[in-house]
Amino acid sequence: MKRTVAGTVKYATLIGASFVVLLPLTVVLFASFKTKKEYATTGPLAPPENWLNFQNFIDAAVKSDMVSGFINTTIVLAISLTGTVIIGTMAAYAIDRFDFRGRKLVMAMFLVATLIPSVTSQVATFQIISGLGLYNTKAALVLLFMGTDIIAIYIFIQFMQSIPVALDEAAMLDGANRWTIYWRIILPLLKPAIATVAIIKGIAIYNEFYLPFLYLPSQNLISTSLFRFKGPYGGQWELITAATVMVIVPTVIAFVFLQRWIYRGLTAGAVK
Amino acid sequence: MSIVSNGSLARSGAEEPIAVRGRRPVRPRGRRRGQGPRTRRLVRGLTPYLFVATAFALLVLLTYLPAANMVWYSLNEWSGFGPVDSFVGLRNYVEVFTDPSIFAVFGVSLYYFVGSFVQMALALYFATVLSFSTRFSNLFRGILFFPYLINGVAIGFVFLYLFQPGGTLDTVLGWVGVSSPPQWLGDASIANYSLAGTSVWRYTGLNFVLFLGAIQSIPRELYEAAELDGAGRWRQFRYIIFPGIRRIIGLSFILAVSGSLSVFEIPYIMTSGANGTSTFVIETIQTAFQYRQVGLASAMAVVLLVIVLVVTWIQRRVFPDEKVDLV
Repeated sequence: MKRTVAGTVKYATLIGASFVVLLPLTVVLFASFKTKKEYATTGPLAPPENWLNFQNFIDAAVKSDMVSGFINTTIVLAISLTGTVIIGTMAAYAIDRFDFRGRKLVMAMFLVATLIPSVTSQVATFQIISGLGLYNTKAALVLLFMGTDIIAIYIFIQFMQSIPVALDEAAMLDGANRWTIYWRIILPLLKPAIATVAIIKGIAIYNEFYLPFLYLPSQNLISTSLFRFKGPYGGQWELITAATVMVIVPTVIAFVFLQRWIYRGLTAGAVK
Repeated sequence: MSIVSNGSLARSGAEEPIAVRGRRPVRPRGRRRGQGPRTRRLVRGLTPYLFVATAFALLVLLTYLPAANMVWYSLNEWSGFGPVDSFVGLRNYVEVFTDPSIFAVFGVSLYYFVGSFVQMALALYFATVLSFSTRFSNLFRGILFFPYLINGVAIGFVFLYLFQPGGTLDTVLGWVGVSSPPQWLGDASIANYSLAGTSVWRYTGLNFVLFLGAIQSIPRELYEAAELDGAGRWRQFRYIIFPGIRRIIGLSFILAVSGSLSVFEIPYIMTSGANGTSTFVIETIQTAFQYRQVGLASAMAVVLLVIVLVVTWIQRRVFPDEKVDLV
């Protein structure tokens, strides 16, 4: 008896929470398929008459140039991820496989850096970026995304500890140098960790708003192209909701296919 | 080693850091063997530095150099252009602490701070519930977690739409008999609650997944033994689950504090800080990039940094079992 009551409460709260999560997203989806007239005359909870009315999506994509936002995001994403993986795995290799003077200090510096609130420090980072002549270029974003990733290094180190050192030693006996060991043995074995980092970092870059907003005002990334709907399209909710849906859909797809990696990466990252 | 780090990466978690340390002495064989020519030894000595160089250079260039510059800017009056040469000592700091329009903004953090406790409580409840066998548990887990992955600007628009006068929220409240709902974002006495609520919606999933991961790494046998001893669900929570995840709760607490002090995206995107919703970070950014008072803004950033460091230090004292030994 007690068990059934507890069970009912459990499922009721779970369904209630799911409702709270899904309702705000569902109504946005509804609105994105409505015509302007339909939007004005129907309530927010009424589903659209025609689920195949893609006009809003086409209008939103063309009007605020979300297409170039997607292209730019893809470019920045690809270069930053490659850079992060190479730089991060190399650093992790040095830290895990060598005992060198200053190793502790380097580790401590990476650790303390995680505590610095990144948005406020842009006050000073901005001067560095513009001093390098990178203001208003995609290179600024690539550099910032590669340079601020400490969690990736932690995930790599954690994973590298499970790769037996005997492999390194065997290769060394065969005359391989350290670079060969890193490139031919360690890097291929790190694949699962690389996938985890790439997915977590990829989502973070896709969602990043402030860095592109500050450093790349003349071009759009996906977040900034959506943000531009705030001004001129103020009341045109059928367009804004369509743009919002277009930004969320890739995340849904990524989540459905990569769930396992995402959960794993987050728990690993939080223990940094 | 803590439970959380054990459960995190399935493979690496299996190896205790102690074992890793113990493994080390076996390795430097390559180095001990180094009786070769001097240059070769030099190259060998340099190898680790070459591997870590890029990451370290970027760390210094984009984190430590700005931090040091920031301290220097904060002692000057500077617009962001030209040489930094009008040294004003601590005047900017005095202004940060005495100008009510700057420091009072910290009050807004309280809404988010309280919100983050609501968030942790919800996350803990759902993590506990889903750690026992549940139908569709993967589906529920996915739904609860998903908001955390959504683009912040998109969340901003979703909630601007939800909070519209006569919008979704008002309609739903109408069903339960609330006939004259407030202006969720237009009314200055409500706006911060709405924004903090949005923040709870966005971040509960992260806490939830972290808690769930920690709970699931508690050995199953403990529950079975407890059940045999006649312990109910509450006592299982009280004596097995809660102690098992105390550390991740400590970590979440520190994230809650520093997170609520540095709230930025949600209010910036949704209200641009209007209606008394401006936060300390929004003020800092506007002071720097709109009012062009980089000196003052740097002082604000340094104050925030110091507060976050102090809070973290306190947390490390309170929960000394730390994961620094991870590496």
